[in-house]
Amino acid sequence: MAETITIEVARYRPEQEGEPTLQSYEVPFSKDWVVLDALNYIKDHVDGSLSFRWSCRMGVCGSCGMTVNGEPKLTCATFLSHYLPGPIRVEPLQNFPVVRDLIIEMTDFLEKLQSVKPWIVREDDPAPAKGEFLQTPEQLDNYKQFSMCINCMICYAACPVYGLDPQFAGPAAIALAQRYNLDSRDQGEQERMDVLSQHEGIWGCTFVGECTEVCPKNVDPAGAIQQYKLAATKEWFKSFLMPWSKP
Amino acid sequence: MIDNSSSEMPSHDVLLVGGGGAGLRAAIAVSEVDPNLSVAVVSKVYPMRSHTVSAEGGAAAVIKEGDSLEEHAYDTISGGDWMCDQDAVELFVNEAPGEMLQLEHWGCPWSREPDGRVAVRPFGGMKKERTWFAADKTGFHMLHALFQTSLKYRSITRYDEWFVTRLLVEDGRVQGVVAIELMTGRIQAITAKSVIICTGGCGKVFPFTTNANIKNGDGMALAYRAGVPLKDMEFVQYHPTGLPFTGILITEASRAEGGFLINKDGYRYLQDYDLGTPQPKPVLRSMELGPRDRLSQAFMKELDKGRTLEGPYGPYVHLDLTHLGKKIIDTKLPFVRELCLKYENIDPVSQLIPVRPVVHYMMGGVHTDIQGATPLAGLFAAGEVACVSINGANRLGSNSLTELLVFGARAGRAAAEYALQNKPVSAGIEAQAADEKKRLEREFLHKRSGTEPIAVLRGEMQSTMEKSAGIYRTGALLEEAQADIAELKERFRQVAIQDHSHTFNTELMAALELSYMLDVAEAVVECALQRTESRGAHQRTDFPRRDDERFLAHSLVSHRTGDRPEVEYLPVTITRWPPGERVYGRPAAKTPPG
Repeated sequence: MAETITIEVARYRPEQEGEPTLQSYEVPFSKDWVVLDALNYIKDHVDGSLSFRWSCRMGVCGSCGMTVNGEPKLTCATFLSHYLPGPIRVEPLQNFPVVRDLIIEMTDFLEKLQSVKPWIVREDDPAPAKGEFLQTPEQLDNYKQFSMCINCMICYAACPVYGLDPQFAGPAAIALAQRYNLDSRDQGEQERMDVLSQHEGIWGCTFVGECTEVCPKNVDPAGAIQQYKLAATKEWFKSFLMPWSKP
Repeated sequence: MIDNSSSEMPSHDVLLVGGGGAGLRAAIAVSEVDPNLSVAVVSKVYPMRSHTVSAEGGAAAVIKEGDSLEEHAYDTISGGDWMCDQDAVELFVNEAPGEMLQLEHWGCPWSREPDGRVAVRPFGGMKKERTWFAADKTGFHMLHALFQTSLKYRSITRYDEWFVTRLLVEDGRVQGVVAIELMTGRIQAITAKSVIICTGGCGKVFPFTTNANIKNGDGMALAYRAGVPLKDMEFVQYHPTGLPFTGILITEASRAEGGFLINKDGYRYLQDYDLGTPQPKPVLRSMELGPRDRLSQAFMKELDKGRTLEGPYGPYVHLDLTHLGKKIIDTKLPFVRELCLKYENIDPVSQLIPVRPVVHYMMGGVHTDIQGATPLAGLFAAGEVACVSINGANRLGSNSLTELLVFGARAGRAAAEYALQNKPVSAGIEAQAADEKKRLEREFLHKRSGTEPIAVLRGEMQSTMEKSAGIYRTGALLEEAQADIAELKERFRQVAIQDHSHTFNTELMAALELSYMLDVAEAVVECALQRTESRGAHQRTDFPRRDDERFLAHSLVSHRTGDRPEVEYLPVTITRWPPGERVYGRPAAKTPPG
């Protein structure tokens, strides 16, 4: 078995260089190591200036998404052994501005997430002391998979529409809007529909399904987008045929 | 780019350091006291990256018929080996159901009964089923529900990826922080009328931990340096079931659903340690559903007897879920299966899971009262970083997520009330902030002469802590550790920094985190050395008995510049439950009051 493996890492230090370059590092190979372990080896023992985000190392905090050999991956769940004999190329996620090395700028997503109102909207506001809203396991199952999004940005990196049109709300934000639309406790679907209908980009999504394909948590954003488009089309027909029915 | 025009200091009413479960709950609480109060959430990571996200098993609150607040209180107090403040525990169990229902109204996807009511599961050390859960990703769902709900409050301003380096204290009260904006390297003072620390724990002080990379005791050290005592720091919880190498947590819920712990002979060894007799189905407060301290101690005794297995990453035992079947595992423990498949290449449906005890939680933390107030005016703390104390000498699983809500909300309300007193920012604050900026530049950013690599110092600290402040401790080893930590602190003055850039300097952050951890390590060792008894998670082989005569008291450790820290003791508050024997797996000699 190989004793070392070559990692080619995209370096970009805006105070030093005008554009990204690749730097190669030899790191020990272990079958238990993930790509993130190799990056930490480099940072701890070879080059302390290499910069990347990470935290939980168990695939749930969503910090360590990067491009590994051309594909967007959570590096804490991507094993070196999968890429033997190497080299392995690690780059920042695509479709985002790069801040430095492997760190991307994601404030655009935070703004989009907030714009779709990802919280329970209700006309009434019963006091919690009166008890829980009832929700059967079947009702929970209606939205559960959309609630599993860890905001890792891997779907945005894979999305051809977002790559071309940064105005597009994007897979995760739409999936999270749908997570609340489908929640039996929520009454905010119309408000979210109004927000999303301002985003032309959604009609550019041609059900390529790249987002669903790459999601490390098995969320189906492509499904959410199709559900939204169907609902929006119905809405449009309704307002066209029965203009008085629009709330 | 460092902003040299430090004239404009952003100013808020209430400032939170940390944006995890406690911080977000506190931020919302402030907004609900008065929507005109401006709230700043300053966090070194985006809030949804906070470590609350990794919590798996559940959150405890009495909700079902046949359960009672008294029983939840008694389980918590006996689980904590009578070190909990009973007034704090009483209000905690009292307010827990309301907070959990509030989170349900905010959209947390709690697992449900067929009739639509919230479902509960058993948990270690709990006599009744009262642990609410969202499959086995409870912390993840709680954090995202809180974060997404917080987005609707316009009064909350987030400082995402800002790293706090110091509390600003003047005229005897806290008035803000100095922080580095990671994206630009700008060093900035942010003032506030009150500050709440919600930065979580410090598992990374140890080498083998379930804690995320960001858990460096930041808030504990910030308070400690500002003269606030840390309480009960010797009580470090080892969770009995972590995956070897990665330290990934395999939730206690896997035992609550019926998993067995077995040694190398396939024997359910807990029966040898006064934890009850093995039954095919889980029995509450018995065997695998005993408290975490006792289970982790039992592992060490099995190791002594040569009855553990040996792997490339040290000794381990097995967690057996195979008899539960695929359906239970997939509905109740899907994340456990995912983690085992992904990180150990093991399918718990048909294979045994290798596990060993792993550092998980700090019972101790910043000394607060039941409102979350610290002895420093204007400074509050909540969550794992704080010690109220409801966890005593050993926290029960599923109490900490609820604690975030109950005491996050309390600290938020108290900090809001304090801010409404509207005291002005002192004149000296700006100069203090300028001094802090100079310190960071002199000691780190501009320094090129350092020789001690961060990773080496960190590694030595972690192995010192494991050797001396682990599951079993002795005075001799703790004295060695005291000298070792002091030496590491001295060597840290020569820390080597290769990265001198301003843009997202993670090496600078790692150095500052290491300095926080060294302070926390010093506090843990000092308290462990001074407590010459064994209680809960603090086990001294040279003092094997609990000593209520001398130590039914919280330790309060204070920083002393250039000297050893000072430890004082504060009596435990006892209301209705006099200290008794901790009994698991058999009837208690005397029925507890209730």
